[in-house]
Amino acid sequence: MSGLRTEEFLVNMGPHHPATHGVCRLLLTMDGERVLHIEPYIGYLHRSIEKICENRTYAQCIPILDRFEYITAMSCNYTFALAVEKLAGIVPPERAEYLRVIMLELNRISSHLLWYGSIALDLGAITPFLYGFRERELIMDLFEMTCGQRLTFNYIRVGGVSRDIPAEFVPKCREAIATITEKMSDYEGLLNENPIWMARLKGVGVLTSEMAIAYGVSGPSLRGSGVKYDLRKNDPYSIYDRFDFDIPTGQNGDSYDRYIVRLKEIKQSLKIITQALDGLPAGDFKAKVPGVFKPAAGEVYSRIENSRGELGVYVLSDGTTKPVRVKTRGGSYNQLQVLPEIGKGLLIADIVAIMASLDIIMPEVDR
Amino acid sequence: MILGSFELIGIFQWLQKLLESLGLPPVWQTVVAYLLLGVMMFALMSVVALFLVWWERKISAHIQQRFGPMRHGWHGWYQTIMDAIKLLQKEDIRVITRDKPVFFWAPVVCFVAAFLAYVCIPFGNGLIVADLNIGVLYIIAVTTFTIISLLMAGWGSNNKYALLGGIRSAAQVVSYEIPMVVSILVAVMFSGSLSMVEIVRSQEGHGIFNWLIFRPPFGLIAFVTYIIAATAEANRTPFDIPEAEQELVAGYNVEYSGMKFAMFFLAEFLNMFTVSAIATALFFGGGNGPFLPSWIWFLGKTMTIILLLMVIRWTMPRLRVDQLMAFAWKFLVPVTFANLIVAGWMKYAQWYW
Repeated sequence: MSGLRTEEFLVNMGPHHPATHGVCRLLLTMDGERVLHIEPYIGYLHRSIEKICENRTYAQCIPILDRFEYITAMSCNYTFALAVEKLAGIVPPERAEYLRVIMLELNRISSHLLWYGSIALDLGAITPFLYGFRERELIMDLFEMTCGQRLTFNYIRVGGVSRDIPAEFVPKCREAIATITEKMSDYEGLLNENPIWMARLKGVGVLTSEMAIAYGVSGPSLRGSGVKYDLRKNDPYSIYDRFDFDIPTGQNGDSYDRYIVRLKEIKQSLKIITQALDGLPAGDFKAKVPGVFKPAAGEVYSRIENSRGELGVYVLSDGTTKPVRVKTRGGSYNQLQVLPEIGKGLLIADIVAIMASLDIIMPEVDR
Repeated sequence: MILGSFELIGIFQWLQKLLESLGLPPVWQTVVAYLLLGVMMFALMSVVALFLVWWERKISAHIQQRFGPMRHGWHGWYQTIMDAIKLLQKEDIRVITRDKPVFFWAPVVCFVAAFLAYVCIPFGNGLIVADLNIGVLYIIAVTTFTIISLLMAGWGSNNKYALLGGIRSAAQVVSYEIPMVVSILVAVMFSGSLSMVEIVRSQEGHGIFNWLIFRPPFGLIAFVTYIIAATAEANRTPFDIPEAEQELVAGYNVEYSGMKFAMFFLAEFLNMFTVSAIATALFFGGGNGPFLPSWIWFLGKTMTIILLLMVIRWTMPRLRVDQLMAFAWKFLVPVTFANLIVAGWMKYAQWYW
């Protein structure tokens, strides 16, 4: 066999591939099943969101930024609103802040449920995919009830939220929380201790804490490596300092830890929503914002903890109705950079597992 | 040799008598009877495959809290028939860079291999096409053809994903063939025959307690190892790496469309029925059982095993390719061989009832 000539071959994984969660193209240099080198090619989903924002008024920017990261559009709404509020010195009313926290956390849960389904699907378990979507549907219903949209909400506006929640929102929301809490045990029972699941994820794609910090990885992927860093605690925005919740972390930084951290985060989010619903005050849902809105000239960067890491928006204003520059930052971009590093020398099936466990989605990378 | 050993029973004799009464010469009686039998088996297999596709869809739907097909007939019973018609009408897309003969023959070989195994499956007392005296060996031999067809499909498509899928399936099926055959050997050893009918007959009596699976411990172990290996053989989750959608898009059949794809698809379900039917015949006493006709017992048992395979498929994630190999060679092969030795010793010492 030693005389047999073998050679590496290139495989294009994507842009249309079931496991790349959008249109990412990974150029894999393979030696049989083993991946020697990964080169991500991005830009297939580029919609030039940042540039479009420069030609829109501040209010018009928000629906554009919905598309920046459509799985958690509430966070994109909120980050931009937060930046502009900082710039203009607007203080949103108390009720608006509570509604925002409820929506952000609901959106985080829906994002994590989607991720739970897709990681299971990527590892060949098809049933959890539908389980995840089933509970996500409850949250989508809540969003639809509130703002009429299921994916791109345009709900959180500068100065507050676009409209108040309907009367049946609170009981429906509590019902959804109860259902999801109950079903969480199903999710954990189905996969957590499953020997095949553990064999596929444990020790695969180990991301050390040093490497994670060096690459700017944030969010659950960073916390899976054991770094206790969460912007909701470390740099509190909105009213997150009023709620009691924990930051789950992992130890090994492998795919399994990232999986566990995300599942635990769903529980913490449920906890936050319950507290927010209990403390929801009456009052206005939006501060007074002038029709022709001109924030002061200056620059501002706002960042929040999204389900995929730090979501940041930089806004540069010259005092007119339109921003001069809008720059966005998404967690997936840095996580995609890590992939070639930690996926080197593994099997093709591991690349799929790592990519799923890092929760990379392409709209956030390509903008 | 094989032709000479055909022991013709059941339907075949009935067919021959019917043709005799029509006044055909003896040679033509045999030929026509065989042809009719072939057509009957083909029809039966098609029904089985279509039913299994529908059943799998319904079971997966109910596991996932969906309804599955509901529109065509009662609970969508003829949905798969409509799907088959759709696939027949579809354009047969052929890649220009394909290896023409290999690409063409791969689905044919796959389908024929699945078809051939049905010759030796005892659907009930006397309901067997041909009771070969080497029936078990024959089934193992022809079902192994499937590997060749998958390799052919992988190579002929001239597609890297397909090639990876083909190589994976060849490695997998060859590895799992060994524990499967060794598990089957336990049954062969106990009945003292390679003929499927003889193996079933040896499990008669004592109600259900003469079934091989009720001969602890080796009967049960042999069944479990067999069903694990058979899952891999039929390319089903957790061993479905040859067609792992999320890694290889669709594996070896990625370039196939229309009826060629349907042939792969149906062959997969036929293989599932075959492995379950073998398990029924070898470990569950075939058609043996009280009160009901033997073919109902046989189909009932087979369907129960298929149900087990389906529930496993819709619950489990997929193994990685190296873990799959390690499982076969480091666990399954030693266990089956140890089991074979224990079973042989117990048979020799007459330590069973």
